[in-house]
Amino acid sequence: MTRDAMLLVDALRNPATTRTLDAAGWTALIAMARAEQLIGTLAHRLSDEVVPERVAAILADARINADYQHRSALWEAECAARALADYPGKVVLMKGTAYVAAGLSAGEGRHIGDLDIMVARDDLAQVEALLIEKGGWEWVKEDPYDDAYYRDHMHELPPLIHKDRDRMIDVHHTILPLTARPTPNAGGMLDLSKPLPFRGGVGGGGCRSDAVRPNKPHPNPSPKGEGLFVLSLHDRIIHCAAHLIADGDLAGGLRNLWDMHCLLGEQDDWVALKARAEHHQLWPAVHCAARLAHRLYGTDIPQSWRQDALSDALFIRRLTARDGWGHQTRKVTRLAFYIRSHWLRMPPLILARHLWTKWRKQRR
Amino acid sequence: MGWCTGFCSMHELRIQVGPAAFRIGSRWRAPIDQLAALYYGYPMPDIPDFTVRLDAPSLLRRYVRRQVAIDGDYMLPDAVPLPYAQALLAAEMGMNLQMALGWRRHLLLHASAVERDGRALIMTGLSGSGKSTLSALLGQCGWRFMGDEFVLLDPDSGMAVPFPRLISLKNEAIAAMQAEAAEGRFGPLMQGTPKGDIRHLVPPADAIARMGEGAQPALLLFPRFGHASLVREVAPGECFMRMTQASTNYVALGEAGFVAMTRFIKSVPARAIDYESSDEAVELVERLWGRLA
Repeated sequence: MTRDAMLLVDALRNPATTRTLDAAGWTALIAMARAEQLIGTLAHRLSDEVVPERVAAILADARINADYQHRSALWEAECAARALADYPGKVVLMKGTAYVAAGLSAGEGRHIGDLDIMVARDDLAQVEALLIEKGGWEWVKEDPYDDAYYRDHMHELPPLIHKDRDRMIDVHHTILPLTARPTPNAGGMLDLSKPLPFRGGVGGGGCRSDAVRPNKPHPNPSPKGEGLFVLSLHDRIIHCAAHLIADGDLAGGLRNLWDMHCLLGEQDDWVALKARAEHHQLWPAVHCAARLAHRLYGTDIPQSWRQDALSDALFIRRLTARDGWGHQTRKVTRLAFYIRSHWLRMPPLILARHLWTKWRKQRR
Repeated sequence: MGWCTGFCSMHELRIQVGPAAFRIGSRWRAPIDQLAALYYGYPMPDIPDFTVRLDAPSLLRRYVRRQVAIDGDYMLPDAVPLPYAQALLAAEMGMNLQMALGWRRHLLLHASAVERDGRALIMTGLSGSGKSTLSALLGQCGWRFMGDEFVLLDPDSGMAVPFPRLISLKNEAIAAMQAEAAEGRFGPLMQGTPKGDIRHLVPPADAIARMGEGAQPALLLFPRFGHASLVREVAPGECFMRMTQASTNYVALGEAGFVAMTRFIKSVPARAIDYESSDEAVELVERLWGRLA
């Protein structure tokens, strides 16, 4: 049985490596790809390979599913844009929805769950009110501690869920928790963000939930908003790296690293990228993510960026902690990165208070 | 890692049900043995479409007051673990979940089906409507059993493709089928599950032998158990609404799903039937089939 997710990494980097797989190898590869939410990406990468008949059918299912996710993601973005039609500021799409809306290679086959948008911090109250009143989103969490924690310390509002479509929206005002040590220039990111060539990609017609109740008119039939935006090329890369390296415990990291690989492939001004990363205090994260993408996916990065850090082997050990059943492995490594994620996110005092509150809540 | 081979390894079974191939892994040996005995006549695929995992929710619950978490390629975030004694139900739910969330090759209908002369009778309804029991009963009296949970509609040909997994009998249906089928075809009785008492029944031999053979849909019924005998015609509009709700992947398939669904609705007559006893239902089905199909 395969030892870890290097099998998946190899297949994504070089689809020809799958030509020697036997039935057990394919079984493990598919289970890993599903567990890492990379099955759609794998299907896209293997589209020119000759594969066993059942594998071809599984990959065809994955392509149908990715198309469905992209359709729904763009529609969610469109619904958010309609709800925010009266909001004068920029609404920036982030992550998967942005990659698909902007037609980037990172979007090809990509799994998309929640909708992520970014707006100016000063406008959060207005945006939140519009999403709730005009868009039909509502709060998920009733817990006052969590709610206050999000609002005081996080880079996003507490998640909102749509009452009919059951889909989540994360409203960001920057790309890292406020308690993290680096402080990116969120205003600068908004300033440089680019308008999307089209809005949502879906024509007229009501939301799906409205389609089920045809006598309810759409609250906003003629959108007059300025449209949606995406982060600039370099800011997209920096956000991706921050999300992967400077925030979170690297769960689902192989997917984020694949985003990094694709995004880096679409730019060639490495000096400007480094300068921009330093401007956002995120050069170490960008450098680390670029090195890992190079090591795992063979991303082409400058020679001077390639010297390995001691910690890279640990990151790789964490990223590939998955067996052929789709189980997570390497409990100790994962725990270490989990602790690291809290350490990065919070200064010691806030961390201690947070853990104390969470622990007491668990015991109730 | 040497210590891991005994400790972390999974017991495994591979089975194919209709077009779908499953790998079922379990932390414990006994559930796999039980499944292997019940799925004895089914083909064993080399590459599975889906992995289902019967894991313990924690190391403690692997040994003490054992529990089974329903897990696999596709899972629900808040699924509650089942007691170890209900491992067979966990496997069934795990397989259903993979189909409901992962299968995209056919339009998936939450329905039961039986076949006669190459034509399919499809029955759909909420849990407790009797669709499962009815398909099992008809499978004992001259019909070929195609499935008690899912019917797969081929988007190209419009054919109904069988999915004859183990029949999941609940509550009163258990006694009703014990009167009809040999004891050797039954799995263990599981009492006090979230759905009441459950006992699995191996489908008739011809249902398994012919599970690759589709049938042209010819009649759609919406059975309802426990109401005075009544037959009502169901208009295409209502049919369409009810069938989109009965399909787990209609939206995901996009235009292909819409085309397959409308073709299906246009091509079959549909009736809602209420009944109070299974004898009455079988008679009603035969009469409607003779008249409409």
